[in-house]
Amino acid sequence: MLVSLKWLSQYVDLQGLEPEVLAEKITRSGIEVEGVHHLSQGLKKLMVGQIKEIKKHPDSDHLNICQVDFGEEELSQIVCGAPNVAEGQKIVAVRPNGYVSGKKIKKGKLRGEVSNGMICSLQELGIEGKVVPKKYADGIYVLPDDTPIGMDAIEALGLDDVVLELGLTPNRSDAMSMLGVAYEVAAILSEDVKLPETSHKAATEKAEDVLKVRVEAPTINPMYTAKVVKNVKIAESPLWLQQRLMAAGVRPLNNVVDITNYILMEYGQPLHAFDYDALGTGEIVVRLAKEGEPMTTLDGQDRVLNAKNLVITNGKEPVAVAGVMGGLDSEVTEKTTTVVIESAYFDGLSVRYTAKDLGLRSEASARYEKGIDPNRIIPAAERAAQLLTELAGGEVLSGSVVFDELDKTPSKVIVSPDFVNARLGMKISLNEMVSILNRLKFDVETANGRLYIDAPTRRQDIKIEEDIVEEIARLYGYDEIPATVPVSEAKAGGLNSYQAKRRIVRHQLQGSGLYQALTYSLTSDELSQKYALETAPTTRLLMPMSEERSTLRQSILPHLIESVTYNVSRQQDSVALYEIGSVFLGKTEEGLPKEEEHLAAVMTGDWLNNAWQGEQKKVDFFVLKGILEALFAKLDLTDRVKYETAVVDGLHPGRTANIILDGTRIGFLGQLHPAQQKANGIKETYVMELNLEAVLAAPIDPLVYVPVPRFPSVSRDIALIVDRTTKAADIEAIIHKAGGKLLKDVHVFDLYEGEKMEKGKKSVAFTLTYFTPERTLTDDEVVAAHDKVVAALTESGAELR
Amino acid sequence: MAMIEQLTQLKKEVVAKVTAAENVKQLNEVRVAYLGKKGPITDLLKGMGKLPAEERPKMGALVNEVRAEVQQIHDVRKAELEEKAIQEQLEKEAIDVTLPGRSVNVGNAHPLTRVIEEIEDLFISMGYEVAEGPEVEKDYYNFEALNLPKGHPARDMQDTFYISEEILMRTHTSPVQARTMEKKQGASFKIICPGKVFRRDNDDATHSHQFTQIEGLVVGENIRMSDLKGTLDIFAKKMFGEDREIRLRPSFFPFTEPSVEMDISCFKCGGEGCNVCKHTGWIEILGAGMVHPNVLSMAGYDPKKVSGFAFGMGPERIAMLKYGVDDIRHFYTNDVRFLSQFHRIEE
Ligand SMILES: [Zn+2]
Repeated sequence: MLVSLKWLSQYVDLQGLEPEVLAEKITRSGIEVEGVHHLSQGLKKLMVGQIKEIKKHPDSDHLNICQVDFGEEELSQIVCGAPNVAEGQKIVAVRPNGYVSGKKIKKGKLRGEVSNGMICSLQELGIEGKVVPKKYADGIYVLPDDTPIGMDAIEALGLDDVVLELGLTPNRSDAMSMLGVAYEVAAILSEDVKLPETSHKAATEKAEDVLKVRVEAPTINPMYTAKVVKNVKIAESPLWLQQRLMAAGVRPLNNVVDITNYILMEYGQPLHAFDYDALGTGEIVVRLAKEGEPMTTLDGQDRVLNAKNLVITNGKEPVAVAGVMGGLDSEVTEKTTTVVIESAYFDGLSVRYTAKDLGLRSEASARYEKGIDPNRIIPAAERAAQLLTELAGGEVLSGSVVFDELDKTPSKVIVSPDFVNARLGMKISLNEMVSILNRLKFDVETANGRLYIDAPTRRQDIKIEEDIVEEIARLYGYDEIPATVPVSEAKAGGLNSYQAKRRIVRHQLQGSGLYQALTYSLTSDELSQKYALETAPTTRLLMPMSEERSTLRQSILPHLIESVTYNVSRQQDSVALYEIGSVFLGKTEEGLPKEEEHLAAVMTGDWLNNAWQGEQKKVDFFVLKGILEALFAKLDLTDRVKYETAVVDGLHPGRTANIILDGTRIGFLGQLHPAQQKANGIKETYVMELNLEAVLAAPIDPLVYVPVPRFPSVSRDIALIVDRTTKAADIEAIIHKAGGKLLKDVHVFDLYEGEKMEKGKKSVAFTLTYFTPERTLTDDEVVAAHDKVVAALTESGAELR
Repeated sequence: MAMIEQLTQLKKEVVAKVTAAENVKQLNEVRVAYLGKKGPITDLLKGMGKLPAEERPKMGALVNEVRAEVQQIHDVRKAELEEKAIQEQLEKEAIDVTLPGRSVNVGNAHPLTRVIEEIEDLFISMGYEVAEGPEVEKDYYNFEALNLPKGHPARDMQDTFYISEEILMRTHTSPVQARTMEKKQGASFKIICPGKVFRRDNDDATHSHQFTQIEGLVVGENIRMSDLKGTLDIFAKKMFGEDREIRLRPSFFPFTEPSVEMDISCFKCGGEGCNVCKHTGWIEILGAGMVHPNVLSMAGYDPKKVSGFAFGMGPERIAMLKYGVDDIRHFYTNDVRFLSQFHRIEE
């Protein structure tokens, strides 16, 4: 909402406040002022002049040499390129060494001809092109004939004004009008509001005699009024009216339309003007449109209506879409002599639906949607009639044609000062509260120590006690509220077990060299199930903004891999990222997708790079597996997690493992398939994704101290030649089984698959550790246990090296 | 007296050789050669049998004296040589300490997690629990339960990704508040709710179709607006510096009444005015208010008996302000050169 302070001061005394000071007061007490625009900024030495003589520029076919009278002894020569320049015009010129748009205009020559300044268009004076009257849109602005020559043009154009730009929240529809803003400012400044003049002469002929109104949809159109004005002379509006509209961001058109727009801005009441003769029936019928009913709106668009659209008809066909836009056929034109002024109440939801449906959001529909003041419907129409007599020479027929079933009673709120103070944590007296409500022009009475309030109907947002709390607080000042903390029973806050463990997982992974990444939950249909640990029916947006963000992911990896590509293509060859986030699988009973929190990681490039020491190691499967093993150790899951060779779509078939927790597959890790690596423009990359919820749900044993060994352990190495496909984990299992109670630990310390090995074979070597906490083991005990291991291995087909 | 001469000669010889030894190994050779079991001194002692009996003690003492003397010279020399050997070894082992250390791979949390965790921890210390909820929500929890019935004009404030008429991508973390209230069945509580939210926005430097929010909610008897102000004051000081001031401005959210926006005094210029605060001295940080009675009653609370306050903010905005990040897309492209900047601690 753009608020001209000149205009505003017609209704409320602004006490000579600096615009910035006023803006700050408004912001602090309720409505955010988003901008303070001084219209004369960047303008200097602008003067009204009259073009006395024009001749063509000898060296140009579009420039004219004008002799301009500024009321000085001599005429001033100005070269002008505007197509609409003509002798006799009163124009605005910037004089030599003056400024327009902050730029200095000097005396100079245009193609050899002296030019003492410049004749200006409104755009050059800082007025937005979209609000400049069409007539002057492509040329200079022409002032009314009675404008005095030599006058300061900033004043003549009303640019000695400041416009406040209000950022309105949806509840403050009352401030979508100058009067509403006036009430707000008056409350802040403790001033009165001066209402506009609405009285006017009326003809003896009655409006009812020439027009009938019938409403067939009274629930969504509970009030419809029409005034009829005869002998209207369509013309350009007076300058002051055009200035008001332009300052408010509305393009002036002609006096009748401008008056309806002016009232819209002044009262917040949308009006519509029909050409009475074009209606043709002397009748207005408001009804719902028929399904598929055609109509051409003011903007020249052919529309197809549906049965939810409310229309104004002439009894036969639609002449306007109620509250949204008029029809082309009944538009006020230069030939119009009799106009019908509609002032009505249309249901906000209905207007909202139709405006959205037709893609027609207008100043009028915006106000209906948010709710207009039922008590301004009549005064706004009267004010329009008054202006039509004053500015368009119209004869107003007496009375209005009225259909009225609208409830116009104010909402009543009863509130006790104790309630207000309890909510705010303050001690405001009853009298202070009454005084604030009076400033707001709320009707208030006190009885039994309570406030009985009739909220004015312009404030549709005031309905309950809490609304009164807010009104009192914002005008009393939020700065006055003390700072306290809730008085409540002391309860320890904290993370739940899942949240706490998840943080540990994050810290562990970060300590292992991975950066935490964050990617989008929405992806393309194509990527939504790629590399997914588990798939289920996907969830798609009704109206995606792009295919790329259309479907909810079932796997985190595709976006993480994209992040690797992003980094690698920016010379970051070593990348290690993890992400914790939801994937969306099928549907739950509640009808929502099943959200499951997953952990995914990607690694590529160097794992170790101490170049000057000649050490370099690329990330491989076992780097990532080691990180996972450390994570599982942290979560007390080491003995419960197994790895099995696996085939996962998009991963290297020989370098992929499923992660099995207590017999259930909860994730996988492996190398990205070389074809996928190539497609993503990256080198050897390892990935993993697991169901974090499953991992963190596993119960953890209490930590109990195990005595530090008092007796030594005995180690024995064993080297075996086995088939290349034999799994280390299987050999380990055989060793564990055969080793018995004394065998405490087995681990691989060497692997050889080189050329010295027979084809299809490999050598694996283990260190076995024997130990008992009770005593030092004898040689015989160790030999006995070890022999059993050797026998079991030999039996399994392994060859001792 | 040939033996004495022999002895003197021998002593001279040994001393010369001991002195000449350049290292412990050479010295050892000298020791073995002269003082060993097969050395000449031992030979001399063995040869004493041939001497007359009365000369033997004198001679014996003399030999032993020489032997002790030689031994001592040897020992001194040995210590010298050992010391020299250590010095040589140390010199050989010297390294260039300015060469870089062996690097340790360490990652770090995402900057938004860093901000969210800091806020979580601050409120946990004030007795709050952390509550989370689904990213895909019912229209009911996202809007209706928050006093935003279908067709409410304020729904336009948040352009929504719908999945069906009743299911949508949550536009704020407030549905977690509605769900928590429903679950708590009338009990008082304090929660803080972080999470991802979604709006129909084209991604650019200041907009992202996915972003994060963190909201707080306190419900109980006699919760006052002054409690909200006090709580936010603590938050602002802990998060942005002890000398921060806060101010509340009236605003509107359908789920709170009264509603406010909170500004903090600019942490860059201290309120003088700079480009961070757009020369106003104040920076808008969050929206807040007293829980709307409709929201309480929809969740089964009696608004006559209990009240509450709520506040919500955007970790992206806070991170952008705090760290001077100029483009919201940085948070979602995962450029390692961006992420790794959030490794170190701050005061
Ligand atoms: Zn600043």
